[in-house]
Amino acid sequence: MKVTRRDLLVGAAGAVALGKTSKAAAAQAPAAPADPTKVRGKPSKALGTRAAFEKPQRQPRGATSSGTPHQDLMGIITPSDLHFERHHGGVPEIDPKNYSLVVHGMVERPIVFTLADLKRFPQVSRVCFLECSGNLGRTAPPETTPQQLAGLTSTSEWTGVMLSTIFKEVGVSPKATWFLAEGSDAAVLTRSVPVSKAHDDAMIAYGQNGEAIRPEQGYPARLLLPGWEGNTNVKWLRRIELSDKPFMTREETSKYTDPLTNDTARIFSFVMDARSLITYPTYPVGVQRGWVEIQGIAWTGYGKITRVDISTDGGKTWTAAKLQQPVLSKAHTRFRHLWKWDGGEAVIMSRAVDETGYRQPTRAELFEKRGPGAAGYHMNPITGWVVKTDGTVVYKQEAWG
Amino acid sequence: MIATRALMLVATLGLIGAAASVPAQTATSKAPAAAKAPSTFGIGRPATAEDIARVNIDIHPDGTGLPAGSATSADGAPIYAAKCASCHGKTGKEGPNDRLVGRVPGDGFPFARDPRIPHTIGSYWPYATTVFDYIRRAMPPTEPGSLRDTDVYALTAYLLFLNDLIPADAAIDATSLPKVKMPSRDRFVPDPRGGPTPATPKGSRGGGAGR
Repeated sequence: MKVTRRDLLVGAAGAVALGKTSKAAAAQAPAAPADPTKVRGKPSKALGTRAAFEKPQRQPRGATSSGTPHQDLMGIITPSDLHFERHHGGVPEIDPKNYSLVVHGMVERPIVFTLADLKRFPQVSRVCFLECSGNLGRTAPPETTPQQLAGLTSTSEWTGVMLSTIFKEVGVSPKATWFLAEGSDAAVLTRSVPVSKAHDDAMIAYGQNGEAIRPEQGYPARLLLPGWEGNTNVKWLRRIELSDKPFMTREETSKYTDPLTNDTARIFSFVMDARSLITYPTYPVGVQRGWVEIQGIAWTGYGKITRVDISTDGGKTWTAAKLQQPVLSKAHTRFRHLWKWDGGEAVIMSRAVDETGYRQPTRAELFEKRGPGAAGYHMNPITGWVVKTDGTVVYKQEAWG
Repeated sequence: MIATRALMLVATLGLIGAAASVPAQTATSKAPAAAKAPSTFGIGRPATAEDIARVNIDIHPDGTGLPAGSATSADGAPIYAAKCASCHGKTGKEGPNDRLVGRVPGDGFPFARDPRIPHTIGSYWPYATTVFDYIRRAMPPTEPGSLRDTDVYALTAYLLFLNDLIPADAAIDATSLPKVKMPSRDRFVPDPRGGPTPATPKGSRGGGAGR
């Protein structure tokens, strides 16, 4: 029997894809031999690539952000080229030979560091998540993927130098309580950060998942503030100024503040609260009757995830999911939960609990505190997915108020 | 043959065991201890005044960092029309990008309760110095960093005037800008989060978690 390209496609992508396969898609499908044991394989090469059949993609939203395809990923490390982006003046191109970081202000010794200088300091690596604090498609339609709903979070292993090491080098004044971090992008983005974060776990990172940091993530060096809202992790870091007061930049006053229903607004709300997101099964994949492993990620800026509960009845009852090791502080944590689907319509949900005892809120609970005019930052509601009787899965829409 | 392979395996394991035990023995006796991190490494070069001045562009809320120069709203109107109006609207209220102009009646702060109210300079921005700082560092997006300091003072004056925060003829400069009273100055509160979910007894799975 002659094996056609179409047969191969069906074999690779499965019956679900068959119905939607167009001639154009078939023409683009990669060719592979029917029996790979009968054809000599390809030779070694200098740079590896994904299998031709795998095409995970970030999804740009306008020119200033793109989301991670959570529904296509496994484990806790986000491939670097699928790490989400968010920038305010485009991604700058920086020649590492011309890069420098100036640290000045309330210090004994203002110093200019080159990239090579930063790399001479004792090196540290840690795994942690980043999340844009505006990471929720609040009015998402049923045909929404996890990527579209909450693609602006990713996890990497970051390598660099502890900020406390740099602060010792310049002799930060004991009176300094804040510092300004400034990027060398076209927005020259600035945020004020408490010095106490430097004494905790802040880093200047130049490595991501084993190699130089990607341009979209701040090449050649960025500030990394584990657990804190993405915007404060200033990329393309060119300057740090120590002070005894915050600088009240545009990003931390007119943006990235959280109006409250008592006619005030929260300022310097740095830490990302606990959140979980089911990544399978979700739109656009379907399920078949029988055993389904519900999978997803959970994370918290306050430390470790201690529990993720799963509901398969729309939130009436909850069962603790299995947490996949390693469970790392301030990193995505993978959870799994076996569920036998009987074919009836069901709403599946997940909720995270972190080591402070905090539990991810429902949408109604968030709304009560933040109101209909909430600016869209720090929204971490429990989200649900409707499994329909025909096995299709859609996002469970909920009104905001 | 089988015996030989087994012997080789034993020999290999023995070597690994020996190799592992050597540093363990010497670590407490002869081997030098790992160097303790010094307080400074002597890495990097001292920043000169010029190094710092080249990048030190931020404006503090008390006005520190504001350059020489002065302008009024009349100076800013033509610059706004030429460089800003296409994104922010003819009078700063039309968009399509951020609405910059407008006050909430009575200078209230009902933003959480009403999603229709734009976060304008006059209603939401707590510091006037931020207007100068941000325009100078990032605007206009098509030509970032292209405005002269006097142009930035002029645009700042024009926007403050449009928001009814200064009179039309007020001169905005390093002394007057930090003194402009912003209606929302005292509306911002520290972040109270950090502990367990409020109203959730330990071990409970109910309660209100919104915060």
